[in-house]
Amino acid sequence: MSLIQDTMQNDFKRTAYIKTLGIYDWLFAAITLYGTYYAWGEYQHLMDVYEVGILFGTGLSLIALGWLWKPSRTLMLAVAGLSLFGVMQYGSGLAPAETNFFLRFLFSSQSAIMWMSALYVLATVTYFIALFMESEFTGKVATAMTWSATAMGLIGLMVRWRESYLISHDVGHIPVSNLYEVFVLFAIITALLYLFYEAKYKTRAMGGFVLLVISAAVAFLLWYTFEKGADEIQPLVPALQSYWMKIHVPANFIGYGCFALSAMVGVILLIRERAGEGSYAARILPAAELLDDVMYKSIALGFAFFTIATVLGAMWANEAWGGYWSWDPKETWALIVWLNYAAWLHMRLTKGWRGTQMAWWAVVGLFVTLFAFLGVNMFLSGLHSYGEL
Amino acid sequence: MQSNKAKTRKSTGAILLEFLGSMNLAITVLVTIAIASVIGTVLQQNEDYASYIIKFGPFWHEAFESIGLYDVYSVWWFLLLLGFLLLSTSVCVYRNGPTMLRDMKHYRLNAARNSLKAFHHNRIWQVQSLPDEAINLVTAQLEHEGFKVRRKQHDEHVVLAAMKGGINRLGYLFTHIAIVVICVGALIDGNLPLRLAMLTNDIEIETRDMPASQVPAKSVLGDDNPAFRGAVNISEGESANIVFLNIRDGYLVQKLPFAVELKDFRIEHYPTGQPKSFESDLVIHDDDLAEPLQETIAVNHPLVYKGYRIFQASFSDGGSKLVLKAWPLQDDKLQTLDLKGEVFGKVPLQVGDKELSIELTEFRKFNINPVTGEDGKTEQKNFGPSFTYKLREPSGEAREFVNYMSPIEQDGRWYYMSGIRSSVAEPFRYLYIPTDSNVSIERFMNFRAVLLDAARVRKAAELTVKDLLFDVPQAEESVRQGMITTANRLVTMYATGGLASITAFIETSIPEEERESAAQAYFNMLRTVLGNLYIEVLQAEGLEPAKGVSEADSAFFDDAISVMGNLEAYATPFYLQLVDYEHVEASGLQITRAPGKDTVYLGCVMLIMGIFMMFYIQHRRCWAWIGKTDKGVEIIFAGSSNRNERDFAEDFDRISGRVAARLGINKQD
Repeated sequence: MSLIQDTMQNDFKRTAYIKTLGIYDWLFAAITLYGTYYAWGEYQHLMDVYEVGILFGTGLSLIALGWLWKPSRTLMLAVAGLSLFGVMQYGSGLAPAETNFFLRFLFSSQSAIMWMSALYVLATVTYFIALFMESEFTGKVATAMTWSATAMGLIGLMVRWRESYLISHDVGHIPVSNLYEVFVLFAIITALLYLFYEAKYKTRAMGGFVLLVISAAVAFLLWYTFEKGADEIQPLVPALQSYWMKIHVPANFIGYGCFALSAMVGVILLIRERAGEGSYAARILPAAELLDDVMYKSIALGFAFFTIATVLGAMWANEAWGGYWSWDPKETWALIVWLNYAAWLHMRLTKGWRGTQMAWWAVVGLFVTLFAFLGVNMFLSGLHSYGEL
Repeated sequence: MQSNKAKTRKSTGAILLEFLGSMNLAITVLVTIAIASVIGTVLQQNEDYASYIIKFGPFWHEAFESIGLYDVYSVWWFLLLLGFLLLSTSVCVYRNGPTMLRDMKHYRLNAARNSLKAFHHNRIWQVQSLPDEAINLVTAQLEHEGFKVRRKQHDEHVVLAAMKGGINRLGYLFTHIAIVVICVGALIDGNLPLRLAMLTNDIEIETRDMPASQVPAKSVLGDDNPAFRGAVNISEGESANIVFLNIRDGYLVQKLPFAVELKDFRIEHYPTGQPKSFESDLVIHDDDLAEPLQETIAVNHPLVYKGYRIFQASFSDGGSKLVLKAWPLQDDKLQTLDLKGEVFGKVPLQVGDKELSIELTEFRKFNINPVTGEDGKTEQKNFGPSFTYKLREPSGEAREFVNYMSPIEQDGRWYYMSGIRSSVAEPFRYLYIPTDSNVSIERFMNFRAVLLDAARVRKAAELTVKDLLFDVPQAEESVRQGMITTANRLVTMYATGGLASITAFIETSIPEEERESAAQAYFNMLRTVLGNLYIEVLQAEGLEPAKGVSEADSAFFDDAISVMGNLEAYATPFYLQLVDYEHVEASGLQITRAPGKDTVYLGCVMLIMGIFMMFYIQHRRCWAWIGKTDKGVEIIFAGSSNRNERDFAEDFDRISGRVAARLGINKQD
């Protein structure tokens, strides 16, 4: 009797979350904490109290991310290790960039970002091949490519951060300050979000479509690099010299990434609905409910982070421009994007709208977002003119 | 019938409330605000009215102005839209808030057996144990799962109702109340009383350009004004106790309860030339202070004093003192004139019988421009100080000039750069005036004066013709005289009208078929006479051109005649050289008062918290209907969630599995 009781107990016992964490989780947390502490010890004289807060907040957030989404632990450790390796190859000057084998071909920011670009484009093609050939192995290759591209992109940004300090101490800054850098960030964040949903929903059929938007970003990035020499590290204008940049920009790009992802999922949904049930497209593409769910989750996440980003932006504006809201074109377009997705969420949650009309709306939303992100800088003038073409 | 009656009985107030709280209205308002905002970004706001007239023409300008498109974000209909948003959200909270709160606490203990059976997520079990035992086990398991459980004994059965994540409903309240809070904060800072006073003309916008002390009282706001954003320029060493609020095509003067003095303004640059920091050393003078408060502000680092916040916003010239030298360009005597002026000031200048006015508009200590070197690499290079001025004719017409103080190197030679344009819309066209061996502009000016000296030109023309006809002694006197006249005329035309006048002369006086050869001959002759005049200039400097002219001096000649050939475009009686300066800077401060800021921030925090509660906490409910049937005890276990149906399906599988396990039911059942 007692034996039966025991086994039964195991069946209905809900394990506390903390007990589900394995040795790798704790090791990861320890390494991350140590890294954060080390960075603080090494660079605290360069940081103000807010930046110290951001540093430790980031450390803890990364641990939380790693625990909630296991594969990200390996990514983070790999990026940290390889970035450190790259930084060490540099030593105390930029000269090795031309002579050192590893820097020249792999880990200098420019090389790493080129690897990222190539891998994302290859992954896009591979995902489509996997989709049409219905080959699981090819799909796995595409996933691996996406992970690698993301790792290379992150290494590129990390090393670039160091490179900026190697140019000159006062030039150094986190690489989220101009259009070139945020495009890399956009590609990485969109890919990470996609990888998360890929694992969660156990389907690779969305990969090619989502990576299309990343490939478009890569195409722009390459044009921007080779035509305009945008990859050159520029010093920060006084308005950008603030700790706010470190939180405002990444939060914004989580939002943009989510909106881009939801729009591409919307495209899949539209293709699927157009083809109709029982068609070839319906067979190889995920179910409409799944797509609808991804679209909603992604917009909800994006909306949450976009709200945070806009609030942070307002707080920063209050410190830099003297007012939390000036109806500057960038602010206004952020509001327009926000209103658009607020309306989208209202329609879905209270009116229960689903399917093609929401998909169309999500696609239109991407264009609104795109204008807020790029169009404002290209066509309108204002205070927020850091990412001019 | 019943419901129909109820409908007709609805009061107007209730209908209005329903309309205001309706989702359709909310979405319509959201979309309309978005569209109005788009207009505001596409149409540049609060620009100079003159530039609007140029852009749209008087008709559209009038139309746009009357519906407030130049100041969309504070025009009445936009504020009305925001008001509607506020009202709609408030009504929404008023109508749904109580339901939401009730929903958080209400366990729905009266769930009927059939309705639970109809749930999308349910399990039906038969167990042999006693009802009480089953009730305890289910309750224990649900509590273990983090649910709060309530129990109700009905006649024949028991209903267990459980829920989790009720805080999700608070998310709804938080987000919507947040919008109201943010709007209220923004309204406080939007300063409605001031707007009303402007509507009723108790306060009038001043549009004239005048010293602040002369602005009429109707355009001056006292220091009790609770909210504003103003700007003021303060020159180094001066102070201000007012700021200007720019409104539409005019401004208001806002008094401050203290004075701000600017001690020093500094710009630091990166090695590449881009600005690195803007800083102002300020001193606050206030009777409440035991001694003046000294503080340095920079971009991103404002000073907060008595609820006023002082920002580094811009910078400009604070009336730098310039020492100038005017070189005549249309006079045969090289008489220079020493002038003194201040930036933003005017210097009168008498030229002949014309009264000209030099308006000094700008002084720049550094001009850092990209320069592409021979290796194709672009570098940032400092071109040194420059100043900009407008030369105004008595007729009111003006041309704008920008002159650099130091010569600039190009291909190993040094030039004084001078730009001109006749309207602000054009880019500057630059002259590169060559310098002599002392890197001075003097030789060029000497050469210029000689060209305008009729007697010397005549002599040089004679000399040139003599040289030309050296091999033809038999030439007739009339031919000789004719050639001298032509040479003389060419130089005179060139000196006064530039190359263009000679080209025009050829086109009007010589038949087309002979033009090419004639032009060739004319330009050769002109060049020779100019060369002879140049030799005179060199001789006057004490050089001995007969022994050969250095490469630099001959390059100077080519540069000089090319500049003089285009000098008529310069169309000015003198060249202004900047000899010395005393740089006075001014810092542009923005001073604000925003008492609603903290309210807005509170709203923002509520908004973010609310959004996360709404999306990431699900309000989940489970029920267990437990009753006796003939076969034993029947348990109907059902669940529902208000969000994320997909995730809940998985969770329900897990939860019901564990409940079943605790009840001792095999999963296969």
